[in-house]
Amino acid sequence: MSDAKAIADRLTKVRRLNALLTPSKDLRKSLTAQAAAARPTGVLYGMPVAVKDNICTLEFTTSCGSRILEGYRSPYEATAVAKLKAAGALIAGKTNCDEFAMGSSTEHSAYGRVIHPLDKARVPGGSSGGSAALVGSGAIPAALGSETGGSVRQPASFCGVVGIKPTYGRVSRYGLVAFGSSLDQIGVFGRSVHDAARVLSVISGRDPRDSTCEDRDPLRLPTVPESLQGFVIGLPREYFPPELDPGVRRACERAVRFLKEQGAAIREVSLPHTAYAVPTYYVLAPAEASSNLARYDGVRYGPRFNGAADLRSLYRSTRGQGFGPEVRRRILVGTYVLSAGYYDAYYRRAQQMRALIAQDFRNVFDRGVDLLFTPTTPTPAFKAGEKLGDPIAMYLSDIFTVTANLAGLPAMTLPIGRVKGLPIGGQLIGQAFLEDEMIEAAYALERVVPATDEA
Amino acid sequence: MASGWETVIGLETHVQLRTKSKMFCGCSTAFGAPPNTQVCPVCLGLPGALPVPNGEAIRLAVRAALALGCTVHPKSVLARKNYFYPDLPKGYQISQHDQPLATSGTLSFISPERGGVSAGIIRLHVEEDAGKSIHDRFPKATAVDLNRSGVPLIEIVSAPDLRSPAEARAYLLTLKQQLEYLGISDCDMEKGSLRVDANVSVRRAGATELNTRTEVKNINSFAFVEKALTVERDRQIAVVESGGAVMQQTMLYDSKENAVRPQRTKEESHDYRYFPEPDLPPLVLTPEFVAEQQSDLPELPSAKRDRFAAQYALSREHAAVLTASRAVAEYYESVVHAGAEAQAAANWVMTEALADAGDHQEQLRVPPAALAQIVALVKGGTLSHQAAKRVFAEVAAKGGDPRTVAEALGLVQVADTNVLAGWVSDVLGAHATEVARYRSGETKLMGFLLGQVMRASRGKADPKLAQRVLEEKLASAP
Repeated sequence: MSDAKAIADRLTKVRRLNALLTPSKDLRKSLTAQAAAARPTGVLYGMPVAVKDNICTLEFTTSCGSRILEGYRSPYEATAVAKLKAAGALIAGKTNCDEFAMGSSTEHSAYGRVIHPLDKARVPGGSSGGSAALVGSGAIPAALGSETGGSVRQPASFCGVVGIKPTYGRVSRYGLVAFGSSLDQIGVFGRSVHDAARVLSVISGRDPRDSTCEDRDPLRLPTVPESLQGFVIGLPREYFPPELDPGVRRACERAVRFLKEQGAAIREVSLPHTAYAVPTYYVLAPAEASSNLARYDGVRYGPRFNGAADLRSLYRSTRGQGFGPEVRRRILVGTYVLSAGYYDAYYRRAQQMRALIAQDFRNVFDRGVDLLFTPTTPTPAFKAGEKLGDPIAMYLSDIFTVTANLAGLPAMTLPIGRVKGLPIGGQLIGQAFLEDEMIEAAYALERVVPATDEA
Repeated sequence: MASGWETVIGLETHVQLRTKSKMFCGCSTAFGAPPNTQVCPVCLGLPGALPVPNGEAIRLAVRAALALGCTVHPKSVLARKNYFYPDLPKGYQISQHDQPLATSGTLSFISPERGGVSAGIIRLHVEEDAGKSIHDRFPKATAVDLNRSGVPLIEIVSAPDLRSPAEARAYLLTLKQQLEYLGISDCDMEKGSLRVDANVSVRRAGATELNTRTEVKNINSFAFVEKALTVERDRQIAVVESGGAVMQQTMLYDSKENAVRPQRTKEESHDYRYFPEPDLPPLVLTPEFVAEQQSDLPELPSAKRDRFAAQYALSREHAAVLTASRAVAEYYESVVHAGAEAQAAANWVMTEALADAGDHQEQLRVPPAALAQIVALVKGGTLSHQAAKRVFAEVAAKGGDPRTVAEALGLVQVADTNVLAGWVSDVLGAHATEVARYRSGETKLMGFLLGQVMRASRGKADPKLAQRVLEEKLASAP
């Protein structure tokens, strides 16, 4: 374990990434206090874990990368954070993110963009870009992020680290600031499968404060398997389209060979409704967001942007100035799709499509497939500004990740090689609440894949 | 005013469920606490907080639905009703929309005009309350108290089956009585635990179509229900009679002026954008749970009234008085079960017990067994009715066993013929003239002589026995 000062020093050295929102001085002070209070018997004793800024902590402010919550200090902490602390971990500051977790590049933060740890011209992915960049830079072994449509796996893939999104209901959402409640899950970043898995194990399990959290024991950590004999791994053809980046394709094909060498049976499968996933997601997530973000009105907390003569202008000025353009865009879309007269055409149809997408996965798993393997993202990390003017192009960077959120399934990414120096992630999608099988396969692949070599 | 017209009224009643804690968090629901002291991250709508349903609130809502004869749905859905207001901390209210807890019930009640009628209940759903905006506390500012935020409510929507303002009031009072009986709510309009909005329209007598309705809000007490609806009915009739048309709008009742005014239309043009609450799974009720609630529903007031009349051979009026509240009904039955004769017990409960309760915060202070004993002492001749009332008052105030109390107060009637014979002899000796007149045929003097015996006994003589002894003495040789 490292001491508080060393942790703070390592984090201070990577300030240039703009990945951490907590000022160094505050961080140093808090880490010292936390280290003194941490339980030496905890399974994560002394392990620094940075936390995405949309997860409530008592030690630091929780601004969700937004002006509208600038300086907001939560009077309570998220269940996941409380569990980390109970296990002896140290909360190593709050990480920068796209505002309210809406984005795929961490360029939509009110506190400036996050820099990719390997290439300062590129984005780290998003929305949990700060957490991904910190772990990718080696400053920290693990971090918490959150996912609604791929916000852990996509940046983990871009930054060359492991990212796990658990089954919906595996980890309590209490204290995770809601974006799309039916899709949101707290996820973890780790330098290695083991680091990510052990943090996930600690934060998982029942929570009476979250009615959507399953009444289950915490995830038990699997051991590293000797081989993948007996595993059937499906390759969904919709995830390997002709226009897939050639480097990504090469890295995936190489990873599949390694899986085969480890004893897994590989089978091509089909998830026919995949093409509808992104549009479905961009109806449902904004719909829920438009309601979830209604509470930020300047009445009870957060800054109140003044010049408000009456209630309506208070709402207008606070929400108009407090939210950035991407958040405003999604609130508008979400309000529209829930409006009388449009609900059936958009929200209801999207719900129906969501059920079909989930059924696609069940069909494949019912036919003896244990896990799916796919690329995590269609391309490696893109350049800053590249997709800012084109929201649809930005949304499509989540094309391989949103399905697991819509279906509520566990999914993870691990580095499987590099293309022109940029990390490529391979994705495993598992069956509901069978994270242990998914993690076993990840262990087996991690052991043999040359993750930092050109593919 | 209303002749030739028929009024059509449907009521939407919001009832606060009698739970210790709020609908989705553990905060207290107690009334009257200082502002914003019964709040937590959940009912304040803080970022990241999540609702957890209150099982007791759901249970009470199911019981209300069953008591109204509704179909309770095995699966219902909580939904978000979205609108902006400072006393709505999340920007949405958790309610139910297209899949409510229960539908299609009825409420039977006595209409002042039509006698026994029954109104349809369209739906019953659960929801949380908003906070309270206080506009008159600070100059030029509105204050918000969130103690009420998240308090559990049910909304009961009646069919447009009510035909007059008086009938609406009767419906509401019957609903209130029923919910109080079931222990579901305090139904106190002054404390906001029962609120009612009314949909009102008018039509020519005999017509069957439904005309444009208005919604009347801000009816703050039972006393105003009839007044507010009468004012609105008369307004609509006047509009139509003068050749105008009723507009669909919300009318606010002003009790000071006894008038209704249209609410500004800007505030009512809401699109609530309902959608299923993603933070809560559907509300699933097992058939076993519903059956269990059904089987231990208490007897409802109307059924109890009918049963009392039949079982205890009481008049309908007496049965109605005795069943008006569950506490009194249960008290009466306990008195009977403790051995009191049914009609005598009814008389005692309706007079002495209710009068005493009225003076002592509705507490029935004489235990049922003690009242049964008092009734028996009267019947057995041990106590006169007047004496028994004194014993009742004493037991109510200080407790104790009625016979012991009666003895201590010296109120027990003397039935010992030897003792009675002594008083009789004294009286006959002292009133020789009257005795002679009696014996010569003036038998109406019996009353006078008995009175003298009672007087000699200082009221303790058993009057029936004393008369018999007196008759015997007077009949025997002088």
